[in-house]
Amino acid sequence: MASVSGFVASEIDPHAGHAPPRGLRRYLFSTNHKDIGTLYLCFAIFAGVIGSLLSIAIRAELMSPGMHVFPLISQIMSGDNSDGAAKNMYNVFFSAHALVMIFFMVMPAMMGGFGNWFVPLMIGAPDMAFPRLNNLSFWLLVASFTLMMTSMFVEGSPGMNGFAGGWVLYPPFSSTAGTPGPAADFIILSMHIAGASSIVGAINFIATIFNMRAPGMTWFRLPLFVWSVLVTAFLLLLALPVLAGALTMLLTDRNFHTSFFDPAGGGDPLLFQHLFWFFGHPEVYILILPGFGMISQVVSTFSRKPVFGYMGMVLATLTITALGFVVWAHHMFITGIPLGEQEFFVLTTMAIAVPTGVKVFSWIATMWGGSIAMRAPMLWAIGFIFVFTVGGVTGVVLANASLDRELHDTYYVVAHFHYTMSLGAVFSIFAGFYYWFPKITGYMYDERLAKIHFWLTFAGINIVFLPQHFLGFAGMPRRQVDYADAYTLWNFVSSIGAFIAGFGTLVFLYMLYEAFAAKRVAAANPWGEGATTLEWTVSSPPPFHQFETPPAVRFDGGGAPIVEGGH
Amino acid sequence: MQAALARRNRAFFLAGAGVVAGMIGFAFSAAALYGAFCRATGLYGATQTTNADSSTEGHRTLKVLFDANVAPDLNWRFEPETASIDLLTGHTATVFFRARNLSDTPVDVNASFNVTPEVSGPWFDKIQCFCFQQERLGAQESAEWPVVFFLDPKLETDPSMVGVDAITLSYTLFPARENSSRSAP
Repeated sequence: MASVSGFVASEIDPHAGHAPPRGLRRYLFSTNHKDIGTLYLCFAIFAGVIGSLLSIAIRAELMSPGMHVFPLISQIMSGDNSDGAAKNMYNVFFSAHALVMIFFMVMPAMMGGFGNWFVPLMIGAPDMAFPRLNNLSFWLLVASFTLMMTSMFVEGSPGMNGFAGGWVLYPPFSSTAGTPGPAADFIILSMHIAGASSIVGAINFIATIFNMRAPGMTWFRLPLFVWSVLVTAFLLLLALPVLAGALTMLLTDRNFHTSFFDPAGGGDPLLFQHLFWFFGHPEVYILILPGFGMISQVVSTFSRKPVFGYMGMVLATLTITALGFVVWAHHMFITGIPLGEQEFFVLTTMAIAVPTGVKVFSWIATMWGGSIAMRAPMLWAIGFIFVFTVGGVTGVVLANASLDRELHDTYYVVAHFHYTMSLGAVFSIFAGFYYWFPKITGYMYDERLAKIHFWLTFAGINIVFLPQHFLGFAGMPRRQVDYADAYTLWNFVSSIGAFIAGFGTLVFLYMLYEAFAAKRVAAANPWGEGATTLEWTVSSPPPFHQFETPPAVRFDGGGAPIVEGGH
Repeated sequence: MQAALARRNRAFFLAGAGVVAGMIGFAFSAAALYGAFCRATGLYGATQTTNADSSTEGHRTLKVLFDANVAPDLNWRFEPETASIDLLTGHTATVFFRARNLSDTPVDVNASFNVTPEVSGPWFDKIQCFCFQQERLGAQESAEWPVVFFLDPKLETDPSMVGVDAITLSYTLFPARENSSRSAP
């Protein structure tokens, strides 16, 4: 393990020359990319369970008209079961659901979890460029999550707990006019810290991928997952500081009497919407691009073919990234922007369908004529392609400013973004999870349980969100605790779906338990010749340190790269 | 080799930190540029300021409605002398707004303003307005403030204005703050 002339991380390897630390120290102070990746994955599962519980409470409330569930929840959480408190608590729940799922489930799982684990392995590097910053990134996120959860239990709107203004944090509701209490400040600080965590992580990925690729691992030999993480890191670097700026303005408006968003002092609340969505739209690509990368790896592995149109895939990813920064006002069609601008944003938004279509086409073409093995990761990947295409198509509908006048803030929008996020991003995470589970843990999961998990989730979530398109077309507004009787049927169906998907989550947790209890030892490469990336050349689980001397990677023909040397 | 890698990684870290600082700067400059941008383009119902009557005559007549509001923490009365006028494009109109300070202390106020539909902002030209500067009324004092404006005949060629027959000019009086900027669009 001596690293005299070896290819090591830029910071001095703290573990050189001794065995991995044990117990709590190993994780609290870890600078090892695999241990930190594991921490991120555990954190994402934990936050995902909390986020799911929040959403199940929402669906339980919406199962029938009237208010049934939230008076009770409000009683438990704030000691007040009045209608006002219950409505407020409902709003707090959907706000927290969004923030938890975005910042503490999807982002940590994709970038923090799989990115940390597999970017160094896939490029033949010993670790990340800045192992200590990596540790900082993770623990900042824990602090951020704590602040976020705390905000649910402190005063927001007068006499009520929690921040009820949605994940978009629009003023004036998020300013002292709507939320004078500290709940909004907790959320703002939480987002600041989560942002700092992600920015540090992004710089880490960029430096790692630029500087630490093994000899022979040239730019256009990089696995597509590495490309997608790199591009996502750039998105984070460009988008998150804008959110940080907007949040800082909001914070000073609230606490130091500035007037960035306050008309009384010459400010404009719409400025916040512009800044927020300048961050917010790239953010949705941050949530899905690493998923695209994982799907490419999984589809290629289980079709036993290289990805169709590799260069097209890379260019499509870059195009989506570039376009992602010039579409933000499609979230603001009804704020009164001029016709010319609406035309611009409709056009750029529709244009995104082209590179996205290239990707979907390439996945299908990869499967075409391949020797397809319907293992659990592949099921999730195919499920992803289906649901993401549905979400993409409804996105093209919503891109039309004219239709958006009818559909804005209805359940159609809820259905659309859940098809891309709740189904799309989450399915890609599970595809990656089952794909790499043997590599991470060294154990095989139970195929039958994994498939039950898939079918329960696939059926459940489609039953949740497909009917919401109908509700949206019928004009049901989102973000409301109650609804007109006419919307009862599809809300009932939707709630049943949520319970099915929730049961699927229990199966997932049991699957985890079963895999660790049964201890079926996994081979270095359990997937056979389709798995051609470098992580399958090391043992399962990989040694605590790998590639301390860089492997030489050669790509002869179309198959697996030939890896020489390196340990 | 290890030292070279460390150096390169550090360079990337500094470059990344630079990008982050730049983007935060961009967000804050957006706050400053936004008001200027709105005024320049008439975005979001920001009206235009000019110092001369329209040089051309138009031939469309639009209804202009007037709306006056007072912020909750300001004890004033504020209303337009008329609810609406019909105005030919290119013609200059003068409308008075009556303001009265109902409190027993002198108060400085700022008026924020815009027009709706917002798309009419670029074509709404003000020659004179009480909203251009901070106004002050003594205890129980009242005043009539004029707004002198015209509708730019070029609005007839703007496709956004095709269905627009009425424009509402709205003001809200706010108590002046120290250091408050006058950048309301």
